[in-house]
Amino acid sequence: MSKQKQHWEKTRNLLWITLAIWFVFSIGIFFFGAEMEASSFRPLGYPLSYYMTCQGSLGIFVILIFWFAGRQEKIDEEFGFSEREDS
Amino acid sequence: MIKGKFIDNLPKVYGIYTGGFLVFIILMAIAEQAGMTAKTIGICFVAFTVSIYAIIGYLSRTLQVDAYYVAGRQVPTVFNGMATAADWMSGASFVAMAGGIYFKGYGYMALLVGWTGGYVLVASLLAPYLRKFGCYTVPDFVGTRYGGNAARLSAVLVLTVASFTYVTAQINATGTIASVALDIPFGIAVYVGLASILLCSMLGGMRAVTWTQVAQYIVLIIAYLLPVFWISNKMGAGVFPHLMLADEVARIAELEGQFGFTKNSAADLATVPKGLAGITKAHSAVNATPWAFISLAICMMAGTASLPHVMMRYFTTPSVKAARRSVGWSLFFIFLLYSSAPMLATLSKLSLMDPTLPTGIIGKSIADVQAIDWYQNWNQANLMFVSDFNGNGTLELNEFFMGGKAVVLATPEIAGLPYVISGLVAAGGMAAAMSTADGLVLAIANALSHDLYYKIIDPKAETAKRLIVARVLLVIIGFAGATIAALEIQGILGSVIWAFDFAMSGLFFPLVLGVWWKRANGPGAVAGMLLGLASGTAYLIWVRTGGAGFWGVTQLTFGIVGSLVSLVSMVVVSLMTAEPDAATQKMVDEVRVPSGKTVLGKQH
Repeated sequence: MSKQKQHWEKTRNLLWITLAIWFVFSIGIFFFGAEMEASSFRPLGYPLSYYMTCQGSLGIFVILIFWFAGRQEKIDEEFGFSEREDS
Repeated sequence: MIKGKFIDNLPKVYGIYTGGFLVFIILMAIAEQAGMTAKTIGICFVAFTVSIYAIIGYLSRTLQVDAYYVAGRQVPTVFNGMATAADWMSGASFVAMAGGIYFKGYGYMALLVGWTGGYVLVASLLAPYLRKFGCYTVPDFVGTRYGGNAARLSAVLVLTVASFTYVTAQINATGTIASVALDIPFGIAVYVGLASILLCSMLGGMRAVTWTQVAQYIVLIIAYLLPVFWISNKMGAGVFPHLMLADEVARIAELEGQFGFTKNSAADLATVPKGLAGITKAHSAVNATPWAFISLAICMMAGTASLPHVMMRYFTTPSVKAARRSVGWSLFFIFLLYSSAPMLATLSKLSLMDPTLPTGIIGKSIADVQAIDWYQNWNQANLMFVSDFNGNGTLELNEFFMGGKAVVLATPEIAGLPYVISGLVAAGGMAAAMSTADGLVLAIANALSHDLYYKIIDPKAETAKRLIVARVLLVIIGFAGATIAALEIQGILGSVIWAFDFAMSGLFFPLVLGVWWKRANGPGAVAGMLLGLASGTAYLIWVRTGGAGFWGVTQLTFGIVGSLVSLVSMVVVSLMTAEPDAATQKMVDEVRVPSGKTVLGKQH
């Protein structure tokens, strides 16, 4: 398998992981709005459903993007595909 | 000013700017104490900030193609994040979103999830690859990847429909704020708003818009956060509202139980001025079916990833790596405002609802409420209304009505903050609406000038002529937008949501598959864009004219129908026609690795 193919395979796997996490926190958990509301786990005292919509999921997305960017940079480095820092 | 030096000095330049703005706020506060009238303060805030943007726009003027289209591709990661955040957060986010949450509660917070979750798609599916491509505009990518003028034209069409729907809402918002702050009629204020938008973008294109957007972000975030923190502390709700409002949220639920949601009769509602609404839905309780919530979130996320004015911000970073990180920073800066919107809605609602607070009005006598200063002001502006439907002389929860914009614009005054804060909020709203309008007008004008004029009509045009055409188109589109905005067809939030659905219907799958599916070809993409847009639009018209709809898809989520049709037709047509030639396949391979030259040259 060529270097490029391997690189793309790893990139694609990272995409799937990222999209899976994204799916859980943007779509998955909101199938259970009522259950989250009834949950006794209340971050900072807010109902869980309310907390996830106004802070929880949003914060997770921010962290997810930075994590994704870091992982992708590692993959690019591994195969020597990172850009030269010329700018 | 030497360019390289300017980029190195950015933190210092914007540091001084932020300090200067804070000093200006303090000066205004002192002037208020010294007896300056509310109106003068409002005018000072709007005039001062808008003239700064105009100066930045003038200083960033350029005659170079790559500076005009992509800011010379040297905008540092964090600053591009700020510029994107301002580009992204529109009048709808700033002025209307907290209002939407105030009235509809949990169901509307799907917008918060959708408008942030979309950035994960931008970062992972599209932005880095389109940056590597080296295009100037989104249709530039579509046209080169799929080959041929048909694909390029279809992309220009979808882009124009979506962005134009969006931009009328933004010009509407600048007009609303300018008319309140400067005390001029809305019909004129719309053109004042337009003039300030064009001042920023005309001479310097993307370069000017970038540096004004950073300045606008700083104004809008200060203007949003300062009142939230101030009100929270003044009410004794908590030093850091985001972490400490759980009791207030619970208290609102308790009061809702106590007051109940009485349904008004149609005859009573007919007496309420148009555009005002009462509280009819629970604040924090889960009040939407999962599908209603999720379908709205899906549309906003896919729309985020397809809207060209956001995507083209990532064409301005120095590298692919920077484009990826820049998406993260964008979302961080957006998060600062979005996580505050529900807090503002909570504080605003509680200060009006709670009878034990001095600001509470529910349960007071109607005559007392009508005598309050701020009530009279906002009633005059047609943004607040009370009426004694049941004739008992006291104000009930179902007898108080407010415009969506008033939640952000009036809350500082209701909570008893000095007027200088209201002036600041007006300046912030203006910054939010202007920055988005600038990005959108530029996206449309660039697509028409680069893709339609230069690539299709006159490929031999000289640089100077190309840039003149771009500027003329900018002015024409701005005027068209303002003219339609002056008609006030649809509310701010409604038009914005439509724009996302249009973008998603026509562009989401053609863009994503262009990178991730090598087999996708020109005919498939054209079918995907045109059929997607057409079916989405048809569904919207059908539902608007009384159609029943299906799958619970409403006029706010028609992008689901459009994008599904787009996906299916794109895949079917691609598979039925010949696979892309070797050169195109090689191009896709190149896009997939960050290193090496961009696919399109530096100047094209």
